[in-house]
Amino acid sequence: MYRDRSRYKMFTRRALMLSGGQAVLLSALATRMYYLQVIESARYQVLAEENRINLRLLLPSRGRIVDRFGVELAVNEKSYRVVIVSEQTKDVEETLDKLGAIISLSDYERRRVRHEIKRRRGFFPITVRENLVWEEVAKIEVNAPDLPGVMIDVGQSRRYPHAAAAAHLLGYVAAVSEAELTGEPLLALPEFRVGKDGIEKVHDLRLRGKAGASEVEVNAIGRAIRELARREGQPGDEVVLSIDMALQKFAYDRLGDESASVVVMDVHSGEVLALVSTPSFDPNAFTKGITTAYWRELTANLRAPLTNKAVTGQYAPGSAIKMVVALAALEGGILTPDHKVFCKGYIQLGNARFHCWKKHGHGHTDMYKGIQQSCDVFFYDVARRTGVDRIAAMAERFGLGQLLDIGLPGERRGLIPTRDWKLANKGVPWQLGETLIAGIGQGFVLSTPLQLAVMAARLANGGRAVKPTLVRSVRRAGEGKTADTGAEPPDFPEIKIGKASLEFITGAMNAVTNTPRGTAYRARIKEPGMAMAGKTGTSQVRRISMSERQSGLIKNKQKPWIERDHAVFVGFAPVHDPRYAVAVVVEHGGGGSKVAAPIARDVLLETQRRDPSGVSGPQRFARG
Amino acid sequence: MSDPGEFFHAEMTLRQKLWQINWGLVVIICATAVIGFAVLYSAANGSIYPWAARQMVRFSAGLAIMFTVALIDTRVWLRYAYLIYLGALALLAYVDVFGAVGRGAQRWIDLGAFNLQPSEVMKVALVLALARCFHAIRFEEIGRIRYLVWPLALVAAPAALVFRQPDLGTATMLVLAGGAMFFMAGVRFWKFGAVIAGALAMIPVAWHFLRDYQKQRILTFFDPESDPMGAGYHIIQSKIALGSGGIFGKGFLQGTQSHLNFVPEKQTDFVFTLLAEEFGIIGGLFLLALYLMLLIYGFAIAMRSRNQFGRLLAVGVTVTFFLYVFINIAMVMGLLPVVGVPLPLVSYGGTSMLTLLFGFGLLMGVYIHRDIGVDRSADAETL
Repeated sequence: MYRDRSRYKMFTRRALMLSGGQAVLLSALATRMYYLQVIESARYQVLAEENRINLRLLLPSRGRIVDRFGVELAVNEKSYRVVIVSEQTKDVEETLDKLGAIISLSDYERRRVRHEIKRRRGFFPITVRENLVWEEVAKIEVNAPDLPGVMIDVGQSRRYPHAAAAAHLLGYVAAVSEAELTGEPLLALPEFRVGKDGIEKVHDLRLRGKAGASEVEVNAIGRAIRELARREGQPGDEVVLSIDMALQKFAYDRLGDESASVVVMDVHSGEVLALVSTPSFDPNAFTKGITTAYWRELTANLRAPLTNKAVTGQYAPGSAIKMVVALAALEGGILTPDHKVFCKGYIQLGNARFHCWKKHGHGHTDMYKGIQQSCDVFFYDVARRTGVDRIAAMAERFGLGQLLDIGLPGERRGLIPTRDWKLANKGVPWQLGETLIAGIGQGFVLSTPLQLAVMAARLANGGRAVKPTLVRSVRRAGEGKTADTGAEPPDFPEIKIGKASLEFITGAMNAVTNTPRGTAYRARIKEPGMAMAGKTGTSQVRRISMSERQSGLIKNKQKPWIERDHAVFVGFAPVHDPRYAVAVVVEHGGGGSKVAAPIARDVLLETQRRDPSGVSGPQRFARG
Repeated sequence: MSDPGEFFHAEMTLRQKLWQINWGLVVIICATAVIGFAVLYSAANGSIYPWAARQMVRFSAGLAIMFTVALIDTRVWLRYAYLIYLGALALLAYVDVFGAVGRGAQRWIDLGAFNLQPSEVMKVALVLALARCFHAIRFEEIGRIRYLVWPLALVAAPAALVFRQPDLGTATMLVLAGGAMFFMAGVRFWKFGAVIAGALAMIPVAWHFLRDYQKQRILTFFDPESDPMGAGYHIIQSKIALGSGGIFGKGFLQGTQSHLNFVPEKQTDFVFTLLAEEFGIIGGLFLLALYLMLLIYGFAIAMRSRNQFGRLLAVGVTVTFFLYVFINIAMVMGLLPVVGVPLPLVSYGGTSMLTLLFGFGLLMGVYIHRDIGVDRSADAETL
């Protein structure tokens, strides 16, 4: 039994070693447990929550844009899409067949749906068709029992009820582009839209609102198990414009097919009542993703439908600037209204000859007649005597050549040349001939239709530096019914023009439209109490060569469209107590009196009939 | 006990045997199984279906088998040890040829009522066969290498077949359990050193035989973050679930990671994760303590047995049980690569439950028959 005894001893020894080894390994497990569950526990708890909780953003609804009377210009519309949840239907093909019988699915659509179903988890809703019309929605709802797994999903999409009429003003929204991603999570949502132009762009941050969030518990494959918490977002603010949409629409329709722009503003408050640019585009097309064909059509059009000509179009104002030139002379003490010039159809300056628009001249012409009949020779003389720098200084007091900060993207500055400007930019000294040309609003002079409207307004309101505004208020959604009228218009500073001079000029403008020899007499407003005063302008697009003059002027209509003159008109009404200013520029439209003035007349007449400022504006500027 | 040289040679009556059943061991086994039921109940989101109910039925059947096995005389197991081993080996060979392909590995025989995993059966069969083998070798003979050829073959044959399935976890368990029995039988230390050195040298060769997914698992083990959504996913999610359980756990039925299916195989191999997530480190250590007590019982029984067969049988069963526990828990905690080893008595699964209870039956049998003298030759009917 000796052997067994020593064997037993060895066995006992080794059993102790083996069990000791196991004890060490088990303590290693316990240590590991301690490390994971005590030391590192906080970190793993965070990871576990991240695993489990999925933060889903709730899209805020975009703020409305309304006009001064509360008419909706940009709204959100429910948009319906039909989705299919593959795990809720036994036979996807059969369900698609039945759905196809209702809304007729193309092979392409079916293939796309099948592909998506394969790619996604069974609980994930696959979009079958977007932007359903109400009739389709109703049909699908009625047939719901036969369509397992098919559901209607309601979203929001931006809609512009007036489509093209205010497109440049409002802008549009579209999907976020790569460059616009700022890390803000809202921007990453596929359904989110940002403002890309106009008011939609400028006030985008206010219109967006704040995203809500829903904390959803999800399982390992992403299926939502339950909602843990929900924080409602805040809808975007509402923007109230000073625009009168009915007037805007009227002006838009009146411009018709022309490549033109119209600006109507209140001469006292500066509120812009209409700001139209044609041709236009349908902003609704951008919301749902613009088609390539439509985009090509828009960009290829020579008349630039995507451009807001009212604030970005820069044109030589032509004769429409003559009031400013006259005022520069009068206020500078250079001339009196009695100053006379004999117009024989041209003026000679050295070797150069400067023509009047009237071939055989106006004869003896004073300042009144010079404005009434738009005598170019008279203003060559005035400009020569006054000097370009005085004219430029006066032009700036009327808002020309500077930004007016109306709050629209791309607003241009125009150009009012001075001697210094030319030397700095062209590197050559100013020529006297250029002063003459500037005196009739040609040459380097450029202005936007908005600036011209502001100029007219400052002439009409007794010389106050009115500035144009477009937005009446930005307010929390649902506050206030329509635009309130309580706010006093800002007290604009005087531009310090002598009363006598100003009354003389506006009197001459009255003569333009309301005396038989005036250039816009035929476009006068005949309605009593609504008469308009104004000034025509015709700006050359290209220089008329000497040979052309000798061989006889070519009629504007016979020139190619792109070479025709721009037609310009600025004016205000009513004459006895000016309230509304207007500027009309018709690109390549021809003569200001024939083309632009009638448009201005119709728009101003409609403005006065509607009297948007009178209905809702302060009356404190009413004068006897 | 009096003199260890004196054997109690008389046959025991059934009554004597019942009296000798180690009820403490039974209580701990039952307690562990009950923890399993609770965790499976939670894994099914608070339902005894589909797992807990079936597990209870299996456990009941397993208990019956355990008692039956325990009451059968140790000498009977000695006599039939090789036969059982050959049967298990035949089953392994069978699955190698015909086995149903499940989860990319040939592991099961479909018996209709349940799937039989021969590799699980082999875990017990190998212990029996090795115990008999070493029982027959004299203490002096153990030092000679030629006496080791036969037991080495006993280990190598099933290990190779299981490795071919491929089931790396079980093959490792067979080799380690076999090695432990060699150790207990008295094989010299330097021989283990030589084998381990040889094994290390063989690693590059063995690597060549591994399937791609096995290689992936091992690589992932060393750097789980390299592929968080792919192969490393299981380990990372398992650690997150465990770690987020903290000290006291999230509470029964409150585990989020397991219930939301972030943890894979939460009712089988990763069941420890669910337990530790819901009951925290307290729950995990409690289960570990139960396992530790079972291991202590195992070694104690081995020491008490007065025949070499019983001792080796008890140690073999205990080591096998330890390997289950260690490999599984180390795996879910990211200490070992992911291999398919269940958590004993807790994981949902029929064959391993029956294997384990069969093993505990043998262990209890060794205790009951601890004073029985067993001849070196199993066939000697001199008792």
